[in-house]
Amino acid sequence: MGRNAQSLQIPASGNNPTDRTRPSTRRLPFGRWGITAGTLGWFLILVLLPVGALFEVAFRDGPGTFFSALQGEAARHAFILTLVTTVLAVAINTVMGIALAILLVRHKFPGKALFDGIVDLPFAVSPVVAGFMFIVLYGPHGLLGRWFESGGVKIIYALPGIIIATLFVTLPFVTREVVPVLREMGDEAEEAAFTLGANSWQTFWKVTVPGIRWGLVYGVTLTVARSLGEFGAVLVVSGNIIMRTQTATLYVHQEFIDFNYHGAYSASVVLGGISFILLLLSEYWKKRTKEI
Amino acid sequence: MAIAVSNLTKRFGDCLAVDDVSFLVEQGELVTLLGPSGSGKSTILRIIAGLEEPDAGTIYLYGNDVSSSPPQKRNVGFVFQNYALFKHLTVQKNIAFGLEVQKRPKHKIQERVKELLHLVKLEGYEDRYPSQLSGGQRQRVALARSLAPEPKVLLLDEPFGALDAKVRQNLATWLRDLHRQIHITSVFVTHDQDEAIEISDEIVVLNRGKVEQIGKPEEIYDRPRTRFVASFVGTANVIEATVRDGKVVIGNDGMQLPIRVGFPDHGEVVVLVRPEDIAISRDVSHGDLTGTITGVRYRGDVYEATLETFGLSIHMIQPKEGFLEQNWQLGETVAILFDRFKSFQAEEGHEAIRERLRSLGYIE
Repeated sequence: MGRNAQSLQIPASGNNPTDRTRPSTRRLPFGRWGITAGTLGWFLILVLLPVGALFEVAFRDGPGTFFSALQGEAARHAFILTLVTTVLAVAINTVMGIALAILLVRHKFPGKALFDGIVDLPFAVSPVVAGFMFIVLYGPHGLLGRWFESGGVKIIYALPGIIIATLFVTLPFVTREVVPVLREMGDEAEEAAFTLGANSWQTFWKVTVPGIRWGLVYGVTLTVARSLGEFGAVLVVSGNIIMRTQTATLYVHQEFIDFNYHGAYSASVVLGGISFILLLLSEYWKKRTKEI
Repeated sequence: MAIAVSNLTKRFGDCLAVDDVSFLVEQGELVTLLGPSGSGKSTILRIIAGLEEPDAGTIYLYGNDVSSSPPQKRNVGFVFQNYALFKHLTVQKNIAFGLEVQKRPKHKIQERVKELLHLVKLEGYEDRYPSQLSGGQRQRVALARSLAPEPKVLLLDEPFGALDAKVRQNLATWLRDLHRQIHITSVFVTHDQDEAIEISDEIVVLNRGKVEQIGKPEEIYDRPRTRFVASFVGTANVIEATVRDGKVVIGNDGMQLPIRVGFPDHGEVVVLVRPEDIAISRDVSHGDLTGTITGVRYRGDVYEATLETFGLSIHMIQPKEGFLEQNWQLGETVAILFDRFKSFQAEEGHEAIRERLRSLGYIE
């Protein structure tokens, strides 16, 4: 048996950079450099310049002004509210997003195709419209709102409304990122785990979750970024009450219309900065683990 | 008896995937389920593992009815065609997976992983990830992983199907040797008859969810019991003929085949002749079946020739030396002799068999 097995020691192939052929761009009308410069220029004008301009204006009078602009009670309250909302929305939508993805990929049920489309509805509906939908349903005169109100629970113009609106607009992110990964993974790895003695719970944590982790990280990142930045839906359901239901984005808007530009710029930088760092971190992590 | 499969039936929608299948596997044996795609062989394997539920029938493992047990409780190892390795885990973590979820002591796990790495000849690859391995190496990791928790039964679902021919051949030989070494009761699924003949103690030939024949490789090859087995296992010339006055004839002119069959005087028969069982001769005498050599192909150790006779195209294979000695020429007319053949009476279901043979490319 030794001889046969020896002959099977084939060196690992695949990750060999030399067998990648370089795509030819020679036939394109304006050459590789033209395309590269054009695309980067477009990106610069559309994305990098505005971000840079914001940072510039926020720090123009030194970091002292930047920080003092964030010291106010209203600013602090707004950021704490946004933080609480984001943590809750991300936690709930991560769990529900994975559950939805598993339902869509692994299970068959009547009306699945329709359901698959409806999952994207929050992307298709304007956030302001979504906010109104919640007012109609959960408002003091709404169908469910009346019921909650009689139990002493206020939804609209309060924290629950803000969280529900945020949950709605961020619902599809995790599901949409996880579904293709889950589909590509197939169910054989999970079946293998079953035959090796792993129960459903062990299989979920040790096989399914690691298998979908890239999709999950990206979906969660987008959920966080959107939760931090949601404006329209939250504006409608929160009522924008300073020190009570004013989130960070609403605070930025408030400061702006009150001609308090410094407060607006500084808060914007914080919001944008967090999203940017998150995106970088998830990209970095994805790259590092993908090298395996 | 290690495995007993009794009257297994499984439907997928309108399709009867497994149709009343029964067979036995003795302890330590390697039994192959052989059949074309859609013959139900993988479904049977998945039912034995508990990954699929049968509509009817029972699975006994070592005398226990496990039909309603989940896969976790069956103590079977399963090797998938596409490896199904855990991509985020290293080779040794993959192999240790079953032992870890079963909460075996740490030092025992380490010991067992080492043992298995040695068994599948992958020492030094412990810390690689599946993506850093070749297909053959991945499948050996999958095999080691399935063997780690010491299953009582090993199930292999076309384990070499995704590999190229050379690696496939090597791994099949290696698996047979490994089986002789560890003697684990195994069920192997394949559509490759050469692979089945090479590695099996016993072969179960399946067609359209039904068992066609069960037997040792020699029996299956030399004494096929049905037309399907004869044509699926090994290559064969399929000749449709008519029995007329005790003679087997083909074509409208009633050209006589050089054979006799034990069937009644009138009726249709199907004759199967393996290419290596055909001889040709320049010595043509009256009443012989004659044909023209229309093609000669060199196949390394043998020559393959095509003979045209009364609208039939017959393939033959001859060892290189004999063929060259005779210096056969294209277009030559020769007498065709059948050393061995197998005949089957055309019966009901004839059309179904024809369709099957057509799909396999044996008849037009």
